[in-house]
Amino acid sequence: MMLDIYDFYDKMERNNIMLSFKGDITSELLTSILQIMESKLDNLQEEPKIKKKVYNVLVECLQNLYHHMDEVAPEQNDVIRSAIFMIGKLDNQYNIVTGNYIKKDNVEGLKKRLEDINALSKEELKEYYKAVLNNGEMSMKGGGGLGMIDIARKTGEKLNFNFSPVDDKFSFFSLNIKISQ
Amino acid sequence: METISIEGTPKTPTITFDTGKGFLEIKGRSIPENSIEFYKPLVDWLEKYASKPQPATNVNIQLEYFNTSSSKCILDVFKKLEAINKGGSVVVINWYYEEDDEDMLEAGEDYQAIINVPFKMVQVAE
Repeated sequence: MMLDIYDFYDKMERNNIMLSFKGDITSELLTSILQIMESKLDNLQEEPKIKKKVYNVLVECLQNLYHHMDEVAPEQNDVIRSAIFMIGKLDNQYNIVTGNYIKKDNVEGLKKRLEDINALSKEELKEYYKAVLNNGEMSMKGGGGLGMIDIARKTGEKLNFNFSPVDDKFSFFSLNIKISQ
Repeated sequence: METISIEGTPKTPTITFDTGKGFLEIKGRSIPENSIEFYKPLVDWLEKYASKPQPATNVNIQLEYFNTSSSKCILDVFKKLEAINKGGSVVVINWYYEEDDEDMLEAGEDYQAIINVPFKMVQVAE
């Protein structure tokens, strides 16, 4: 294995990464990550308000990854089912980064949806959230497209995202969420 | 008349529904990956209760966290309560939020704007 582990460690250290994971996202894994992060937030003695915001946004980010797995690759190989997640705290700002494969066909739709969310003001986001909540549509597991709107609303920041081409079938979608104090 | 309850877990709330007293409480966290499955029994009980409700129905929603997957299911629960309210039982929804938790207060106000049932916003200490 040629990975320079010190370089890897140093990058994580400099970005003050509190927790990171790469692999298949299961329900049990999410339970563990949430438990670990909750005790870390308690140890940092964060204000309840910040703690709740970080926890809430974390739940949405992780469950996005979880629900996305089956969508992208119910029968695919392990690599395509794999995702990455990191959370760190730098200069009083929490950063949550997620990355996962997405079918090329779905890139434009997701991009448009995220751009639409980013174009909305705080008040417009509230109205949009209520409209989507009340439109009666529900995905199989209940989400129905509220996750990203909720993240934008709770953080008060624009969604920072990127798509990197992988091959003729897949792109890699990354999302970088900031939560300021 | 019976009392139905579901014990809470780290991802799902404790639910108590005393149909004899017309009292429903949802308390704790609601962050399951699959909320439709979790909320289905409650929606079914409310459906049954709607045919013979008490003159008054009190509902306490005291959630520490809930995910967007739960938010649609909670709306479904409220829609059932809206129908019960129309059907002759006086329904009140008490929405609890911790002091400083503006997100939770705002979430309650979102439901209040959608659902035609009296809401009471109840602030509790952290």
